[in-house]
Amino acid sequence: MRAHTRIGFILLLTPLVLWLGLLIIIPHIDMFLISIRERISFGVYETSLAQYEKALTEPLYLRTFWRTAVMSVLATAITLVIAFPVSYYIAKMAKGRLQQVLFMLCLIPFYVSELVRTFGWMILLRETGLVSNLLQWAGLADQPVEMLYNDAAMMVGLVYTSMLFMVVPLVTTLESLDDSVIEAGYDLGGSGLSVLREIIVPHAMPGIVSGCIVVFMLSLGNYLTPTMLGGKDSLWFTEMIYNQFIVRSNWELGAAFGFMLLVLSSVIVWGMLRLTGRTLQETMG
Amino acid sequence: MIPTIPQSRGFRLIYGGYVLLFFLYLALPLTVVAVFAFNDSQFPSLPWEGFTWNWFFGEDRPQIGVFHERGILRAVGTSAFVAACVALLSVCVGTTNAFLFNRYEFRGKGLLYVLMLLPLVIPGIVLGISILVFSSTLANGIWDLAQMDIQALRPGLLLVILGQFSFITTIATLVITARLQKFDRTLEEAALNLGATRLVAVRTITIPFLMPAMIGAVVVAFLMSFENFNTTLMLVGSDAPLTIAMFDRLKEGSTPLLNAVSLLLMLGSSLLALVVILFQRR
Repeated sequence: MRAHTRIGFILLLTPLVLWLGLLIIIPHIDMFLISIRERISFGVYETSLAQYEKALTEPLYLRTFWRTAVMSVLATAITLVIAFPVSYYIAKMAKGRLQQVLFMLCLIPFYVSELVRTFGWMILLRETGLVSNLLQWAGLADQPVEMLYNDAAMMVGLVYTSMLFMVVPLVTTLESLDDSVIEAGYDLGGSGLSVLREIIVPHAMPGIVSGCIVVFMLSLGNYLTPTMLGGKDSLWFTEMIYNQFIVRSNWELGAAFGFMLLVLSSVIVWGMLRLTGRTLQETMG
Repeated sequence: MIPTIPQSRGFRLIYGGYVLLFFLYLALPLTVVAVFAFNDSQFPSLPWEGFTWNWFFGEDRPQIGVFHERGILRAVGTSAFVAACVALLSVCVGTTNAFLFNRYEFRGKGLLYVLMLLPLVIPGIVLGISILVFSSTLANGIWDLAQMDIQALRPGLLLVILGQFSFITTIATLVITARLQKFDRTLEEAALNLGATRLVAVRTITIPFLMPAMIGAVVVAFLMSFENFNTTLMLVGSDAPLTIAMFDRLKEGSTPLLNAVSLLLMLGSSLLALVVILFQRR
């Protein structure tokens, strides 16, 4: 590199390194260091794995950890199943103006804060809510029905919140599939189902993977939806992190929880990329 | 399953019906939030007590409207301030990042690019607590060394701004890089041939070309910051941004005031989104 490009290079590299170093890398190392220490007495700490031991032996913690993981996978799967036909409709069946309008309609709810979306579901599902009133009016229930504060309500909210992040990548990949390829599939004697399985889904795979990764991440890291829509039994792992940090001021255990969440999400994202032979750059970039 | 392949009428009906149901599902929560902003009652729920503008303009208890509710107005101001700072910072760093990755080949570039993407796959809460932990380590270290208490390193607006900046920068970088990749380098070379210095060439040729992406990134960053909840929750001090203030009220039980705020938020963000779309089309 010549001298002046060298200066330019350093000038451009500095903000990147400061940003990643000071706000991402060092804080995470620090969080890890906090998580592997134990408070012996006031201001005296010792390195130990006590926090992780506590996290892995206490049934409540462990149960919440796995529940959060399983429910997030479930939310991702449901989102995919709901979003796929709609994305296919937008990408392949709708044409011209209609296509644009439908796509825009998918985007609109997500310009609105997650808090507002969750609030909407609370108004709909609570005891005095719209759905309860509708059921009474239709004669299906003879008293107000509480539909909030359970896993189903939470799932509805989770799926709703992350829908966009599934629809957009799916529509983008499905649009790039040439109609004539589908026609060829039918001409060669394929049925609707075999064309779907052997042509459409394989072609949409990149979109499916990136959609699933983002939706999974968002569900796993969600705090609002489980707190507002979920019940007492639907404790989410992020709520435990919040409780340890803010309510109990037990930073050591909270940091350990945070690190476990980070590892869980990295492992699952890495696994999904590995399974489909893709890289993070292709999927996110 | 494309229009050129004949399908039975029943199948098309079911498929169309499903898509219709999906869009109802999308619209339902937002519609009820908007409608109940006009309910003349203390609760955003049935029964419908009649139409009122009080939740926007009301001056007296119990129906104090948004425009007379100090707490909410202050929170909106806080959010706007935070969002403006985050948008400005992240677009500046996003632009330098885009130039770095587009113009230079260096060892470790691939690794740095992956690191740059990482904030997108770290849960927001974890980003928040890691910054909280680090800033407090820093503050305690400074206290031990110099007996100085740096308030800025305790939970508060600075940390909220840094926390949001830490992941919104990735998005700004991606948006601006995508546009820079489409840039024709020969235009810049022409400017250099005509006697411009490198800096002048970039300023007069490349930056104007990047402008739509940069403005798009400013708006996206502003909206993301305004709506951010998870990272903010962990870093917030005594000045609560709007999402946190609304969350606190929602926990205590809601009045249609929150619906009115939400409706204004929806209008505001759709307006911003519309501006971006129009701007990009031009």
